[in-house]
Amino acid sequence: MSFITGVGLTAFGKHEGSSTLDLMSVAAEQAIADAGLKRDEIDGLVCGYATTMPHIMLATVFAEHFGIRPSYCHAVQVGGATGMAMTMLAHCIVEGGVARNVLVVGGENRLTGQSRDASVQALAQVGHPVYEVPLGPTIPAYYGLVASRYMHEYGVTEEDLAEFAVLMRRHAAEHPGAQFHERITVADVMASKPVASPLKLLDCCPVSDGGAAFVISREPTGAVGVKVRGCAQAHTHQHISAAPALSEFGAEIAIARAKANSGLAIADVRYAAVYDSFTITLAMLLEDLGLAARGEAAARVRAGYFDRNGVMPLNTHGGLMSYGHCGVGGAMAHMVETQLQMTGRAGNRQVKDASIALLHGDGGVLSSHVSMFLERVR
Amino acid sequence: MTAATEPANPDWTEGGAVIVFQRCNACGAKQYFRRAFCHACGSTELSVLSAEGTGTVYAVSHVTRAPTPEARAHGPYTIVLVDADEGFRLMAHGAHDLAIGDRVSVTFNRFIDGLVPYFERTTS
Repeated sequence: MSFITGVGLTAFGKHEGSSTLDLMSVAAEQAIADAGLKRDEIDGLVCGYATTMPHIMLATVFAEHFGIRPSYCHAVQVGGATGMAMTMLAHCIVEGGVARNVLVVGGENRLTGQSRDASVQALAQVGHPVYEVPLGPTIPAYYGLVASRYMHEYGVTEEDLAEFAVLMRRHAAEHPGAQFHERITVADVMASKPVASPLKLLDCCPVSDGGAAFVISREPTGAVGVKVRGCAQAHTHQHISAAPALSEFGAEIAIARAKANSGLAIADVRYAAVYDSFTITLAMLLEDLGLAARGEAAARVRAGYFDRNGVMPLNTHGGLMSYGHCGVGGAMAHMVETQLQMTGRAGNRQVKDASIALLHGDGGVLSSHVSMFLERVR
Repeated sequence: MTAATEPANPDWTEGGAVIVFQRCNACGAKQYFRRAFCHACGSTELSVLSAEGTGTVYAVSHVTRAPTPEARAHGPYTIVLVDADEGFRLMAHGAHDLAIGDRVSVTFNRFIDGLVPYFERTTS
């Protein structure tokens, strides 16, 4: 068994003058304190990567900087799915008896540490260097291609997609750490600057500075335990040119495996934390995961289904789209918020019942997927 | 018999005005990203073939926010995924008015410092 015993999260947005290591350190310090542990009780360390600080041994660099000497330590790189993949790895390490308390940390000064062009270019490299990148695509273009096809096959409209941006912004308004607090409307999303059709500026997550961390332990350290009930991955392709049909994307494969190894069904889930790099990402993943029928996720948003007080509260911190996206730490914020909800510590954002949560991360162009179920135990 | 591992002429990724793909002589699978073996069965018996340059639009995105100043200099451009008639999918540029399901055929345009495939609706 393994438990998410502590969480840490910085505000996202501009942290002028803070380095990647600074942001990672702040979040790590918070997570260890939150778990009620001391630094020397951390015997495992798993960290992500940073586009502003490429390094072949980032985890070891961080361990030295932070001042710990773990018995297990390395970095993980699965794009946007890194946070969830690190959580799954930490769970496996703890279950395997390799370490007792694993610190999982991600952070980056992605906004102030480089130009916007540098950030856009670095991310576009998930495309094929010979057959795709010379055509001048961007991450929004890869997802724009997917969106055009998804809309075509399932009758989803741009106004439908806009609903997800509006929902995430409404949730972010309740979180002081979110990058964006100003309410937006569907009309605002529709009128925002075109980026890569059908995606417009407000369909896209921002670039942020920030850090996030958590501790995965063999035993709970508080009165309420957040247990990893089951998790699974699926990897179907790297490049969109080589992707399978929409109906064979990895989210459906990952969730089927996670349901099988947790013994849980979607009907058991009370809180959802789903990767939302773009409005289309969230719409597709909700439907792939079975949290809405094909082409019907937007109708559920309009009906309040995913609101804080709805049937299935979703990304109550505002998600990547409005809390922000600092790279690896971006999707880790989903986990931090989920743990706070499950332990009844989400304050003004607290939902009624977060006893069982479903988390899902996606990396690349819907290339790599990690699904995970968490369960509250006392 | 092993076919040549390189086509007689360079494809668009090397400056030639042609789209090239590979067909596995063992299992018949097609692949667009060139490699020394078949992605489906592992056979190294591959034929390297030139595509006709015709197909059907699978997906479309009109890019307004380009990634680099060099790409931006070309103005907005449309990126498409095209299902080639030979049975493989490729990313390319396309006319701004293309829609999913359109029948298309290729020409080649200069883009930044190379030649890229550019699809337009087939006129019947």
